[in-house]
Amino acid sequence: MELHQLTIHELQEKIKSGDVSATQITQSVFSRIDTVEERVHAYIRLLKEEAMAAAAKADESIKKGDIKPLTGIPIALKDIVCTKGITTTCGSHILHNFVPPYNATAVEKLRAAGAVFVGKTNMDEFAMGSSTETSYFGPTRNPWDLERIPGGSSGGSAAAVAAEECIASIGSDTGGSIRQPAALCGIVGMKPTYGRVSRFGLIAFASSLDQIGPFTKDVEDCAIMMNVLAGYDPKESTSVSAEVPDYRQFAGRDIKGWKIGIPKEYFIEGIDTEVNAAIKKAIAVIEQSGGQCVEISLPHTQYCLAVYYIIAPAEACSNLARYDGVRYGLRATDVRDLLDMYKKTRMQGFGAEVKRRIMIGTYALSAGYYDAYYKKASQVRALIKRDFEEAFKNCDVILTPTTPTPAFKIGEKTDDPLQMYLSDIFTISTNLAGIPGISVPCGFTSGGLPIGMQFLASHFEEGKLIQIASAYEKNAKIEKRRPKL
Amino acid sequence: MKISSREVEYVANLARLEVTEAEKEKFTAQLNDILLYIDKLNELDTKGVEPMSHAISVTNAFREDKILDSIGTENSLANAPDARGEFFRVPKVID
Repeated sequence: MELHQLTIHELQEKIKSGDVSATQITQSVFSRIDTVEERVHAYIRLLKEEAMAAAAKADESIKKGDIKPLTGIPIALKDIVCTKGITTTCGSHILHNFVPPYNATAVEKLRAAGAVFVGKTNMDEFAMGSSTETSYFGPTRNPWDLERIPGGSSGGSAAAVAAEECIASIGSDTGGSIRQPAALCGIVGMKPTYGRVSRFGLIAFASSLDQIGPFTKDVEDCAIMMNVLAGYDPKESTSVSAEVPDYRQFAGRDIKGWKIGIPKEYFIEGIDTEVNAAIKKAIAVIEQSGGQCVEISLPHTQYCLAVYYIIAPAEACSNLARYDGVRYGLRATDVRDLLDMYKKTRMQGFGAEVKRRIMIGTYALSAGYYDAYYKKASQVRALIKRDFEEAFKNCDVILTPTTPTPAFKIGEKTDDPLQMYLSDIFTISTNLAGIPGISVPCGFTSGGLPIGMQFLASHFEEGKLIQIASAYEKNAKIEKRRPKL
Repeated sequence: MKISSREVEYVANLARLEVTEAEKEKFTAQLNDILLYIDKLNELDTKGVEPMSHAISVTNAFREDKILDSIGTENSLANAPDARGEFFRVPKVID
């Protein structure tokens, strides 16, 4: 078995016992990249030189017995987190040359935990998309079927883990951008509670929804990553000072006596029959594991997408006002005056989907429409949050499919924004309510495409998600497959 | 029609986006579809519901009034398309 195939915890064991060095692990990952990256295109930028230097440094620490939770582990970063001295594009032409003067807190924490950074991964432009097709740098392909999308917006981070081009990665999730690609690429992805992980240095899309989280090969690795990422950050005013438990403790505990809510609104028409069958099978495994599944109702589910497509663009159009060609990034040349420079820079720098969302957001916030759109959406958002509060009075966690269908074909939905938006229909409510969610693999379609299942819990109950996801992972015994690349 | 092509032009100007005729046409159609879908929310009576602005209850985050490290002028200007001295340079604002 090659080192790039292993998990964080397996590699840690090998590092601790002296079986392998950080340098060997990093070399293994880069030789895998040499073989498959041309076909997958998970990365915008590879950091081989820096990674080999970091691995050599990790080996020195290991020799001294100084082994941290991620020492020598190759990790990939979505190109939305700022990396000091390393170009950070957010998948956009407008930031194609932006070199941040500081690290995001999440990057700092991973670095301090000993991680070796492999590269910056591809993404939908400004995280706006569900397929990684809106990237200025071209699409990423799904390692399980190169004709299909990997999901999005963190498609590069998900594909990099699935294709074994890194051991784990981080992404960001505003409406499903971690969980949806994790499901479509057959790996584990967690969106933590809003405020659990610092957003400092995360390029903002929709500030009340954005959250950083990990992509990993299994649930235990997810716990290891969460142990590193979670926690209060004085640099980020919405980060929360609630105590961070050792998430690893929750992996391996049983779920006897737990009540698992199955929201009837999530089993809609249009859900793929194989996805439906896989979820039904997963429910049986949960029951055999000692959980009791009960039907619950989240009555405002059908309004989530409409709320999201007001709130997210409204916040985005404000956040993206800063890209004006003055302080960083692209500036249009051959302009008449300042106003013309703004307009031409933004016309040339943003892609169609970003422009579309800026337009929706600007319209929704413009004079005369604020009450009809933004205020209305914020009210319905309160009702959606209340749905979850009521539901969690009667169950410990909620179980749903992560996506209505497996990965679709590249180009299939690019001309129909609404169809594209519908692929996030099961993940958006989580962000609106601010609660945590995890997607875990729960089987394959007959065509060999991965299927994902989602667990949701109350605010700051990531431990419960680790617990049930690891219990499921252990008892379901999903066949271990690797994409044929 | 929820939104006309003239309104699209008006909104594009507010958003400081130059749009081509082809984009204007495409945006008008797509924005209409999206706004029609969003109309769904009017099925709900939300009278008296407090609009939600934060996912979790947050209070003002104060810190001590102490000067901490900042990135400094040089770093702040390092990404500027055009800078001179301690300033960002832009095309002329008025004639």
